[in-house]
Amino acid sequence: MADQETIQQVEELKKYKYGFETEIETEKAPKGLNEDIIRFISARKNEPEWMLEWRLEAYRLWKQMEEPHHWANVEYEPIDYQDLYYYAAPKQQKKPKSLDEIDPRILETYEKLGIPLKEQMVLAGVEGAPKVAVDAVFDSVSVATTFREELEKAGVIFCPISEAIQKYPDLVRKYLGSVVPQGDNFFAALNSAVFTDGSFVYVPKGVRCPMELSTYFRINEKKTGQFERTLIIVDEGGYVSYLEGCTAPMRDEHQLHAAVVELIAEKDAEIKYSTVQNWYPGDEEGRGGVYNFVTKRADCRGDNSKVSWTQVETGSAITWKYPSCLLRGDNSVGEFYSIAISNNAQQVDSGTKMVHLGRNTKSRIISKGISAGKSQNTYRGLVSVHRKAHGARNFTQCDSLLIGEKCGAHTVPYIQAKTPHAKVEHEATTSKIAEDQLFYLRARGIPEEEAVALIVNGFVREVIQKLPMEFMAETQKLIGISLEGSVG
Amino acid sequence: MLLEVKDLRAVVRPEEDEGEAKEIIKGLSLSLDRGEVHAIMGPNGSGKSTLSHVLAGKPGYEVTSGEALFDGEDLLGLEPEERAAKGLFLAMQYPVEIPGVPYMQFLKVALNSQRKLRGEDELSTPDFMRLVREKAQALGISMDMLKRPVNVGFSGGEKKRMEVLQMAVLEPKLCVLDEIDSGLDIDALKVVADGVNALRGPERGFLVITHYQRLLNYIEPDHVHIMANGRIIRSGGPELAHELEREGYAAFVEDAA
Repeated sequence: MADQETIQQVEELKKYKYGFETEIETEKAPKGLNEDIIRFISARKNEPEWMLEWRLEAYRLWKQMEEPHHWANVEYEPIDYQDLYYYAAPKQQKKPKSLDEIDPRILETYEKLGIPLKEQMVLAGVEGAPKVAVDAVFDSVSVATTFREELEKAGVIFCPISEAIQKYPDLVRKYLGSVVPQGDNFFAALNSAVFTDGSFVYVPKGVRCPMELSTYFRINEKKTGQFERTLIIVDEGGYVSYLEGCTAPMRDEHQLHAAVVELIAEKDAEIKYSTVQNWYPGDEEGRGGVYNFVTKRADCRGDNSKVSWTQVETGSAITWKYPSCLLRGDNSVGEFYSIAISNNAQQVDSGTKMVHLGRNTKSRIISKGISAGKSQNTYRGLVSVHRKAHGARNFTQCDSLLIGEKCGAHTVPYIQAKTPHAKVEHEATTSKIAEDQLFYLRARGIPEEEAVALIVNGFVREVIQKLPMEFMAETQKLIGISLEGSVG
Repeated sequence: MLLEVKDLRAVVRPEEDEGEAKEIIKGLSLSLDRGEVHAIMGPNGSGKSTLSHVLAGKPGYEVTSGEALFDGEDLLGLEPEERAAKGLFLAMQYPVEIPGVPYMQFLKVALNSQRKLRGEDELSTPDFMRLVREKAQALGISMDMLKRPVNVGFSGGEKKRMEVLQMAVLEPKLCVLDEIDSGLDIDALKVVADGVNALRGPERGFLVITHYQRLLNYIEPDHVHIMANGRIIRSGGPELAHELEREGYAAFVEDAA
């Protein structure tokens, strides 16, 4: 009896720690995708005519496109796009004025997700709490935005993109799709047609955003595709650091997550974009996990601008993601720091594209891939130096760590240099956790799984240190959790 | 009795499809009490390092018969981390590098894991720092050293000195030193030996495994055992080490055969 209980408890532990769902009545559009559904979404959100037209144009482009699964190192059953819901919103009479008015079950959900204590203090309005603004996306509609006033004082706009479409149509029309056009790729086109919400940030000239901006995305409705759209614009000399973290509840069916993130850095502007991605990875066979097909791209439009992507990818059944930088301004800088962990049957095909267009542009890529179980982990990266990009420099370092015998690590670098006045460096290593490393730690009293977590955290240390402080400890824990069951 | 090994037999588990298991420990008995220092000496291939690995629970070996009691409890059924938590420490011949993990973090995780396994409270960061600072100072180890990743780029002497620091921090009941003298010049050897001697006390036992008598000039044992072909062929007092130094292993091994 007691044994049975123990076995059960162990089994429970093996399950995804965030596998729960909240029951909140939702309002759904019917299943499937056609122009009427897009009109429905657009009408629900009271969008202006130009926005609807923009969506319809994307939809028409999408219909002519083919799903791109031939080149990425991932395998999955074809998705039936007519069998998905494209709109679900928590039922609400009117917008809440404060967090007290938020459904306590939603707040409880964030509690379970382990939103850092500091941010909970912020949410609770504790005196002296660090300044982290949380724009919480619950399913597809933003339900809570804090610190709006303080941001407004600084002149920073941080709001749901649906609101920005109403309030700041000129900014949205100018920038939306200017980095990732509607027809850029299959999933970006789909997103452009049906996105329901996401975040919008505008930092005006010469303003350093006074706080870290943080958003938590979550999928919470059966068979609901999640199509966020994020648009961040930093005007001349401005600075913003944006954090995005997500985890999703347990599911039987595959869930499609096709977000688009566009960043625009004008002259002398700097954007730091950090992601901790912890979507449900599926069971040990990969059943039920999230498909994370994301297009993230930054346009370093102005001279001396800088964009830094930092990502920690631990979740999803399949990840297909290449946060990129178009280095158009002279002396502009693009950085990509990545930790991608795959366990069990997870498949990761991720990397970056650094496109050097301006003179003396610099890019730096540090990628740390960890594969365990029978997962496949691919780094795919493009460094492209165009004809006029005199003095361009790139440094790429790809390190892979293998745990066990059945997983795979792959590195696929594409390097194109069209000027002789450029310097491109690529370094790659592949290693395994050695038995004697594990034994050394265990002989000092550290249990096997913690020993693996310690070794892996050492391996990714360089990238962890690029994360904002409040994410570091949490991320180190997350790395341990994602590798549970990978040894022994 | 702190450590009691009775008629122990152990084999190296072969890799898949690689023939039979090879017996390395062939009926070894040993009793070691608190406060005692025992030395095991033996030629290469006598199985003395294997003995230390089997005691610490290194994977890859299988005990086929006999037993080992630690503080009266069965040792061989425990995981390596449980053995460590109970107070067994193996100072390794080749301390392993763990890139990216600062020594300080490693020490803290190790100490607190052991405490957790023993059901004790974890040590707070300030208390831990105080403890490490004090122990490091006594061994002449700079705090900068503790900020570096575990054993990465350390000299042979530094690695061994850090093993002694681990002992000082973790305070085990039994320290098994597996050829702690290998790769050390005479100065480094003195430093390490001084560190070990400072840890000697009525509650702690040491099992010093070495190839050369030289180490025993610095760490003086109460008992000396000569090991050959998987078992102890002779035991005696410190004078046995000198006898061995004069006559070489061959004489002893032939006698035993």
